[in-house]
Amino acid sequence: MEFDEALRRRLIGSVAQRVIDHAEELTALDQAIGDGDHGINMKRGFAAVLESLDSIAAEPLPKALHAVGMTLVMKVGGASGPLYGTLFMQLGKTLPEAPTRSVAAEAFATAIAAVKARGKSDVGAKTLLDVLVPVQAALRDGAADPAQVADDAAAATVPMQASRGRASFLGARSVGHVDPGARSAALMLRAACEVLGG
Amino acid sequence: MSNVGIVIVSHSADVARGTADMVRQMVGADVPLAHCGGAPGGGLGTDVAAILAAIDAAWSEAGVAILVDLGGAETNSEMAIEMQPEARRDRIVICNAPVVEGAVIGATEASAGSPLAAVRAAAEEALR
Repeated sequence: MEFDEALRRRLIGSVAQRVIDHAEELTALDQAIGDGDHGINMKRGFAAVLESLDSIAAEPLPKALHAVGMTLVMKVGGASGPLYGTLFMQLGKTLPEAPTRSVAAEAFATAIAAVKARGKSDVGAKTLLDVLVPVQAALRDGAADPAQVADDAAAATVPMQASRGRASFLGARSVGHVDPGARSAALMLRAACEVLGG
Repeated sequence: MSNVGIVIVSHSADVARGTADMVRQMVGADVPLAHCGGAPGGGLGTDVAAILAAIDAAWSEAGVAILVDLGGAETNSEMAIEMQPEARRDRIVICNAPVVEGAVIGATEASAGSPLAAVRAAAEEALR
């Protein structure tokens, strides 16, 4: 697949717009188990991405993704800024200009490792990692519908008890809700899959 | 100034400013001090650009100790440290301490000319 400017614009624009469109849902999820700012923060970050979309999409894919990450770091205002920012910046550092699916899966694995380090966390702690990790495995293994894997993985955070982030203050009371970070990750991955065709 | 600098990072601009006021009144002006609070564009949250500016404002060759309130303040401060020039990075620490008590006690230690590790240790003693 050739990641020309038009595709880069659709890819980054769709991911950003999807998060913005679901900001209220993310905030409602975060009000249940966090501090209620995930939707507001992510919307602010991705609105800044859309404002710079012309200059971002003009760059080759690695630089464009790095710019998305840096924008999130500087604009989100919560812990999700450095977490998603690290994911995008590391993807930008690792991906070639026109990755195949298997190359993308490898780069995704590297980026996930960076997110784990940034958040000092891993799977099972009711975070975005509980979506990113199974989706990476699905990409690596050539699964037919990675977006569905993402949605299922987000839903699977419901019975988990949070051990990182604000939700961990709630202990057992965090059980029974979708993790907002897992949900935002699934939204972004579905938007990306729709543009890239699975 | 050769004393260790103190940076206060809170989700709230009011908490950050109030904490800085307490440090100034209780410790005086011998410690480089900067504070920031609030998300980019306002509201509760923390702002990496503001943290970078605060580190610059409180910079000392002896290093800088950062006091943070909650999760995002810590993660964004870690990000800001990584964005520093390499020569500065190992002279900036985030204290595992309550923000108000840690800032006052850490600044008190810093005002005595103590090195960064001692300032951090003093701030973290505030937990006990």
